[in-house]
Order: sequence, then C-alpha cells, then structure tokens
Amino acid sequence: MIAPAIHMAGSLHAGERCLIEAFELTLPAGRWSALLGPSGVGKTSLLRLIAALPCAARLDGRIAAQDSAAMAPRVAMMAQDDQLLPWAGALDNVTICARLRGERPQPERAAALLADVGLAGHETRKPSHLSAGQRQRVALARTIYEDRAIVLLDEPFSALDAMTRHAMQDLAAGLLTGRTVILITHDPAEAIRLADSAWIVTRAGIAPCPLPPTAPPRAPEAATTLTAQAALLHRMRLQLAPEAA
Amino acid sequence: MIARAARGLWRATVPLLVTLAVWQAVVSLSGVPRFILPGPGLVARALWDNAGLIWQNTLWSASNLGLGLVIGIALGVETALLLALSRRARWLLRPMLVLAQAVPAFALAPVITLWLGYGMPSKIVTIALVTYFPIASALFDRLMSLPAGLRDLSRLSGAGRWRETVLLRLPHAVPGLLSGLRLAAVYGPLAVLIGEWVGASQGLGHLMLMSNGRGQTALMFAALIALSGLSLSLWIAVEALSRWSSKRLSFA
Repeated sequence: MIAPAIHMAGSLHAGERCLIEAFELTLPAGRWSALLGPSGVGKTSLLRLIAALPCAARLDGRIAAQDSAAMAPRVAMMAQDDQLLPWAGALDNVTICARLRGERPQPERAAALLADVGLAGHETRKPSHLSAGQRQRVALARTIYEDRAIVLLDEPFSALDAMTRHAMQDLAAGLLTGRTVILITHDPAEAIRLADSAWIVTRAGIAPCPLPPTAPPRAPEAATTLTAQAALLHRMRLQLAPEAA
Repeated sequence: MIARAARGLWRATVPLLVTLAVWQAVVSLSGVPRFILPGPGLVARALWDNAGLIWQNTLWSASNLGLGLVIGIALGVETALLLALSRRARWLLRPMLVLAQAVPAFALAPVITLWLGYGMPSKIVTIALVTYFPIASALFDRLMSLPAGLRDLSRLSGAGRWRETVLLRLPHAVPGLLSGLRLAAVYGPLAVLIGEWVGASQGLGHLMLMSNGRGQTALMFAALIALSGLSLSLWIAVEALSRWSSKRLSFA
C-alpha cells in the first residue's frame, strides 16, 4: 500500500451558485491534511468527490491522485454519524465491508483491531449497547480494517465530549499513520492537534494555514498548540467575518 | 416472565368481564327477544352444545387462513425482493402493482369463487391476494429506504446489489415486513369471512350465514366468538414475532 498525494484544482458549484471559487492544492502523500471551514461551505462535497460518492455539488476541474490511479477503490471513510448496523455486533460491524464485497471476513484481525481501539471483550455488543464514543471506536476499527491508502474523516469526532474526543484523536493519529488522511473539521483545535498541513476553506477559495513545527498529534494543553490555535481562530474569524456579515 | 403474563391476563380479563356484564344488563333490562340479541349465557350454551360443529368449521377457516397467509407472505416477500434487486423489474412491475392495488381485492371474491368453486382453493386465493399487497408494499418501501450512511458504506465497499440487499437492506427492512404482517393479520380474517359469505359449504362465515338464516342467533354469536378467537391468536402471534425480532435486531 503506497499512499498517494492528492491534487485538487477547479471550482465547486451547487446548481448556479458557486460554493468555492478557484482553488488549487496538493494534499501530501501519507500525511494528515485538515480542511477547515464553516458548515455548508462544501467540505463534505470535496470528500464525496474524492470517494466518487453521489454528490449534489458539481466540480469544474479535477480531483485526482498524483500517481493517476483511480482513487475510489483506495478510499475508506469515517463520518460524524457512526453508520453502524444496529442489528449487528461490534465484530460483525468491523467486517461488514469485506462481507459486502463477498470476501471471507477475518474475525481474528477484526478482534485485534477492536482490542487496539480499546474494545476487547465487546465483540458481540450491539451499537445500542455502546456509548457514542465506543460506537465511534467501532467505526474507526472498521475504517482501519479496510486497510485503504486514502482515509477520509468527515468530522468524525465532533459529536463526542471533549475528553473522549482527545482520546479518539490520539487513537486515530496512532492507527492511521502512513496513510493519506483528509480530515474535515470546523474545529481549529482539532486541525492544530492532528494535521501535518491545514487549509481554510471559504467561498473565496482554499488557503493554506501555518501549523506549529512539532509533529502531530500535538498535546492539546501545550503552549505552542494553544498559541497556534488562538492565531488560527483569529485568522478564521477575519476571513469568515465578511461572509457572516 | 410469569408475573408479566399474569398481569397481561388480568388486563385482558377486566374488559372482558365488563363487556359481559354490560351485555347481560342490556339483555335483562331491555327485554329484547333472544332471536335479536341472546344473552351471554345463551351464547355460551350454544358454544358448548355445538362445540364439535364450531370446531370443525373453525378448523376449515383456520387452515384456509394459514395457507392463504403463507402464500400471500411468500409471494409478497418475493415480489418486494425482486423489485428491490432489479431496476428493470421495478420499471416493469411497479405500475402493474399500483394498478392491481387500485382494484379492491375484496371485490374480487365473487369472481374468484365463480372461477374456483366453493371449496378451499377459492378461499385460499382470496386470502393470499388480500394479504399479498400490504406485505409486498410495506417491505418494498423499507427495502428502498436504506439510510444514506449505509448506502455510502455499501458503495465504498464496492458491494453488488445482491449482497447489499441481503446484508444491509433486508435486515433494515424487517420492521417493514412486520408492519405488513400486522396489516395481513387484520385483513386475513376479513378475507376469510368475505370469501365464505360469497359462497362456501363450510367455515365460520358460512356457519354464521346459516344460523342467521335459521334464526339461531345464539349460534351465530358463538361462531363470531370463534372467529374473533382466530383473529386474536393471529394478532398475538404477529406481536410476539415483532417483539422477538425487534429485540434480536435491536430496532425500536
């Protein structure tokens, strides 16, 4: 598995309306890239275009892997909503994608991944008997089970409480190293914690933003993290203020 | 478990006793002749005296109902699955189904009896026809309403239509099947009655018509009670199935 860099250029439209004007960026190979921006700006549409999922927005331009092989078969995705099967246990939820493809599931590997995310002994638990944080852990294990080079994270931690979120962020950072990860978030703190590079998405375009020089995952309470967070928040407010007005 | 069953029984007994008391009161206070409204005592006597006759007719109606339901459910499930699996089948069959549904299945009972005679086949076909549509349409609606997140998951996994249907759509559609079954449990006994009223030589509906014609009102009520018992046991079976499966599949 070689994680590719992803190049995006063009503009994003919804019907006649322009969502994002001309942008061009390259998400580095095997690294975490964060796309920051307010809700409704079209971040999720960008992810869906990468994954070749049906999408209401239209792209005038190109999104492609730099090795020019198709991206969709190399994509795994994790959303804010855990998308677990309510009728299946944790282990069966981890292996569902393999079973959907008609492959023989590997229960040992799935159980090991559940143990990695801290859910050993919960293999037969159904989502209704798991907490929101535990459900997201199952979803993370399912994403990793897919073993894809490109991992798309669509605000996966935004519905969790602060402490659970920090734990999940560390877990995801550790388990997804070496893959091209695209993290969509509206939380500057999350981008500062996890990303190797980050961009702010607005209607005017997609602009890169500076991050602390240390390697992610950065400690949420460290002074450098907090300073960078404050600076980023300030910048986002400046950039987004005209839109809000 | 036993305590719950006892409580359920108690809850069922109270309205039953109240109904019987009101019934008796109306009969004794108004003095209506017994061929218009027999009292509960008379009806109980009729039930007891004609137990063999009622049992025989109940058995006939119940086996028609059972066979008709099995056929209606099997065909309904099959149709829903076929429609969910194949775009072409949807294109071809959907308008036909809508048209067929516009014809009230009950209205077909005389035609079916004309074609298939007074015996079991015409009753079974009527019951199957009446239960087929609610099952097919309730199940099909749920099969087609897979949540967007699971649709994405299936697409990203590269699942084919067949596996997606079996692994995602079908378990998701179980509540649809259950609401179809609930409708079938209501319409089924109605279809039994109508089939037998249109023309039959046996069955509880037939017994009701016969005893009515002979002025044996108590026997008519006894047959009505047997028919209610049949519907009630069907309803209990569907409720039990629904409770079991929603626990098993973690819906609700």
